[in-house]
Amino acid sequence: MTPPQRQRRNPAPEPAPQPSQEGEGKPNPERMYVVAGPDGERAELDLVTLIVARAADPPPSATPEQAALLRLCAAPLSVAELSAYLSLPFSAMGTLLTELLTAELVHARSPIVRQAVPDRSLLEAVMNGLQRL
Amino acid sequence: MDFKGSDTIPGPRAEDQLPHTTQAAAKIVIVGGFGVGKTTMVGSVSEIKPLTTEETMTQAGIGVDDNFGSDSKTATTVAMDFGRISITDQLVLYLFGTPGQQRFWFLWNGLFEGALGAVVLVDTRRLEVSFDVMGRLEERGVPFVVAINSFPDAPRYPIEELRTALDLAPDIPIMECDARRRASSRDVLMTLMRFLHSLAMTGSRT
Ligand SMILES: Nc1nc2c(ncn2[C@@H]2O[C@H](COP(=O)(O)OP(=O)(O)OP(=O)(O)O)[C@@H](O)[C@H]2O)c(=O)[nH]1
Ligand SMILES: [Mg+2]
Repeated sequence: MTPPQRQRRNPAPEPAPQPSQEGEGKPNPERMYVVAGPDGERAELDLVTLIVARAADPPPSATPEQAALLRLCAAPLSVAELSAYLSLPFSAMGTLLTELLTAELVHARSPIVRQAVPDRSLLEAVMNGLQRL
Repeated sequence: MDFKGSDTIPGPRAEDQLPHTTQAAAKIVIVGGFGVGKTTMVGSVSEIKPLTTEETMTQAGIGVDDNFGSDSKTATTVAMDFGRISITDQLVLYLFGTPGQQRFWFLWNGLFEGALGAVVLVDTRRLEVSFDVMGRLEERGVPFVVAINSFPDAPRYPIEELRTALDLAPDIPIMECDARRRASSRDVLMTLMRFLHSLAMTGSRT
């Protein structure tokens, strides 16, 4: 028996064709979650942006939802984990975190994202870490 | 939304907390068709019990040729499992088990754009279900390796025959694995990292 045959594809020219009626590719504008970064710059919220509370306890003014989030990120925690523990969709995290960043109640640590040429020292660190697993 | 109240929210166990020194996180995606073993692989290497993030997909995002049938006008919840591996006290790696259908990918901003690379999990009983996802990764320039998840009743082909059938570029690694075993899943991730490292040595593939 022979397996079915695939045909390799080539990298799409930039920008990649994105038929908007299918809702694929380029994120819908309302799904671009822009938050104020640590130095007031704007950054897209990523699943693995790390969030850390600035103070040990939530202020009395915090809403229950904000207080829950602040308690969870007493130690650094990714947006994905916050979303999982709070049972909130990723899209809801954008609004919640923008409020908390604006109120200077949390820090956001930007993720490491893929570069055109991979960062060798990063990959070596990851390989060493995996080796210890 | 009815919020439960902060006292009822279970957070990470004390031993699952990341150190304060953690500066940044990177991510990789494990992608493949329905039931191919994505969640199993995430769970076998993760240091935390896998968690789930959900997103709601509204009408606009649902294609016409899918199997949502008569419900295709309503919102659909798409879930993605993920796990975590601490690399150093400054760096943490996240693994996302992502459904193969590309129409789900845009739900999570930057999931594929930012991932260091991808593992394509393949089941030889349904090889063709992974064709589309591999093509999409190629189009988007996301580097990937192929892991054949060896189910007991699956047809077995020599690995070179699979390489030919999948029309893989000669440098793309392909290997067998057992997603249930930590060592095997770790080897797959290691192969991906070595592959990415080789790309760094030769410059990016275009
Ligand atoms: N024999 C064998 N069984 C496996 C392996 N990996 C996963 N399974 C089994 O296959 C089934 C599906 O695995 P999952 O990890 O849930 O697959 P998935 O890709 O997350 O599935 P969906 O999220 O539903 O698309 C489970 O019953 C696993 O125990 C493997 O390497 N070998
Ligand atoms: Mg799964």
